[in-house]
Amino acid sequence: MDYKKWLIIIVVALIVIINAFYIIDESQQVIITQFGKPIGDGIGNAGLHIKIPFIQKVHFFEKRTLEWDGTPQQIPTSDKRYIWLDTFARWQINNPLKFYESTRTETAAHSRLDDIISGTTRDVISSNKLIDIVRDTNRDMSFTLEYEESTLEEIKKEIVTVGRSNIADTIQSLSTPQIEKYGIKLVDIQIKRVNYVNEVREKVYDRMISERKKIAARYRSEGEGRAAEILGKMRRELDEIESEAYRTAQEIKGKADAEAIQVYANAYNKDPDFYEFQKTLETYKQTINNKNTLIMGTDSEYYKFLKKIDK
Amino acid sequence: MDKFEEIKNTKFPNIPKKKILRWVIIIAIAVFIITGLYTVNPEEVGVIQRFGKYLKTTDPGLHFKIPFGIDKLTKVPIKQIKKEEFGFRTIQAGVKSKFSSRDYSEESLMLTGDTNIADVEWIVQYRIKNPYNYLFVIRNIRSTLRSVSEFVVRQIVGDRSVDEVIILDREEIAFQSIDMMQKVLDEYEAGIEIITIKLQNVNPPDKVKPAFNEVNSAKQEKEKITNDAWQKYNQVIPEAKGKAKRTIEEAEGYAVNRVNRAQGDARKFIEVWNNYRTAKSVTKKRMYLETLQEVLPKVEKVYLVDEDQKGILPLLDLGREK
Repeated sequence: MDYKKWLIIIVVALIVIINAFYIIDESQQVIITQFGKPIGDGIGNAGLHIKIPFIQKVHFFEKRTLEWDGTPQQIPTSDKRYIWLDTFARWQINNPLKFYESTRTETAAHSRLDDIISGTTRDVISSNKLIDIVRDTNRDMSFTLEYEESTLEEIKKEIVTVGRSNIADTIQSLSTPQIEKYGIKLVDIQIKRVNYVNEVREKVYDRMISERKKIAARYRSEGEGRAAEILGKMRRELDEIESEAYRTAQEIKGKADAEAIQVYANAYNKDPDFYEFQKTLETYKQTINNKNTLIMGTDSEYYKFLKKIDK
Repeated sequence: MDKFEEIKNTKFPNIPKKKILRWVIIIAIAVFIITGLYTVNPEEVGVIQRFGKYLKTTDPGLHFKIPFGIDKLTKVPIKQIKKEEFGFRTIQAGVKSKFSSRDYSEESLMLTGDTNIADVEWIVQYRIKNPYNYLFVIRNIRSTLRSVSEFVVRQIVGDRSVDEVIILDREEIAFQSIDMMQKVLDEYEAGIEIITIKLQNVNPPDKVKPAFNEVNSAKQEKEKITNDAWQKYNQVIPEAKGKAKRTIEEAEGYAVNRVNRAQGDARKFIEVWNNYRTAKSVTKKRMYLETLQEVLPKVEKVYLVDEDQKGILPLLDLGREK
């Protein structure tokens, strides 16, 4: 035999054999088609497999969980607050046959997920209140700074009836039946980001600023009030101290005066005439001086001898 | 065999057929062994797939696998701790790390439970705990981890007041985030272990920051005003107390003085009176005269008028000397 002929036979045989085998990676699953028509439901077992060469064709799909990251949407909540909402989802190709028939590529799957999840998200969000989207539970929040009572009451009035994770679950359960027919299983949907639209955000900033300013003003006036209180206390104590001292002093003085009067009276009462005489003489000494002109009668005790001397 | 002979005849005419075969086998075995050997570094494990199917996970060290694409090796660094940053990016870590100047506020701005906005930056440290899951359960684990972290931190922050987020509850938020992220990732069977989550800069949004600072300065101002008032109080009251004591002391002094003087006067009077009593008339006269002796020299003029003389007063020009 001609060795060239052998060579051709070997090569052809090799190609056929190679084509009969296929490898499924641990992260993959496959669909076998025969003349374009799917055979069976798909194979998920990793390893080496055999097929009819050339007649059967292998289509590979991801077996792992895949991600879908939505584009942020602007949605009004049921209490008319405009927010940006960004969701993400995990999904799997759980029915490769359906997936092959309806969707084929991951890009196409993403566009289906976009359509369905965007729609359900919009429906669910617009029928819920902002507080339910932001908060998950009615956990009791605490506040460091003394808010106005009214502000606190307003915050406490906002009661969570649904909650964030329930909203995410609702979006998932509404989306799941719609996406199932594409051979896709939604593992979960989560709300990644919630943000105010710009104009609302500015307003919230303004509100936060005015809230803080109120607190600051309160601190200041509390300081002033406290200071006034202290100064008032000081004034009162001052008055108390001063008046008490005055009272005590006056009492002491009064007692002394009374005692003095008593002492004088006791002494002078022994001979009021003599007291009068003595005191009058003393008074002369003190009241008569060089500014006085004295007119005296010749019959006065002093000058009476100028007139005559009694014998 | 013809073919072989032909090759032998044309290319290697001097080497015997058997020898060639032996060398071919030796080289083939050598190639098989050399290409089949692989090393797994201490921080990694090696995952071996045979014909795509997971076969085993090998520990660090030297190992053997079947080459020629039959066994496939993937090294997974399970001991390496990886880090993801949210709200900021380190460009170059170092003594003074450089951070990206880009704005990542879309990551860091989030709504709080009292419908305010907080700016939260955080990091997540994680490692691969299950190489099988890491490779075969989720595709693109890094971006999944980022999404999960954003959703978890936001959900936890969403249940807290802005005060709690910024001031009070930072550690609690981090702890809860770790638990919740781990739970979600375990549900995904991601094969990831969250080592830690740390909140970095947690601030009010830039625009609101000055107002937050104002609160702080107002708080300090309050303290200062109060302290100033206390200071004044502490200056004035002790002084007043001192003055009060002085007033009382002075009053006591006055009292002693007054009583002593009265007693002195009284005693003096009694002494004098006692003497006077024994010689009333003489003493009286003497006292009178002594007084006049003292008084009269001081007086400028003394008019002596006879008691019978009437109407003298008009004749005196009393105001003349003044």
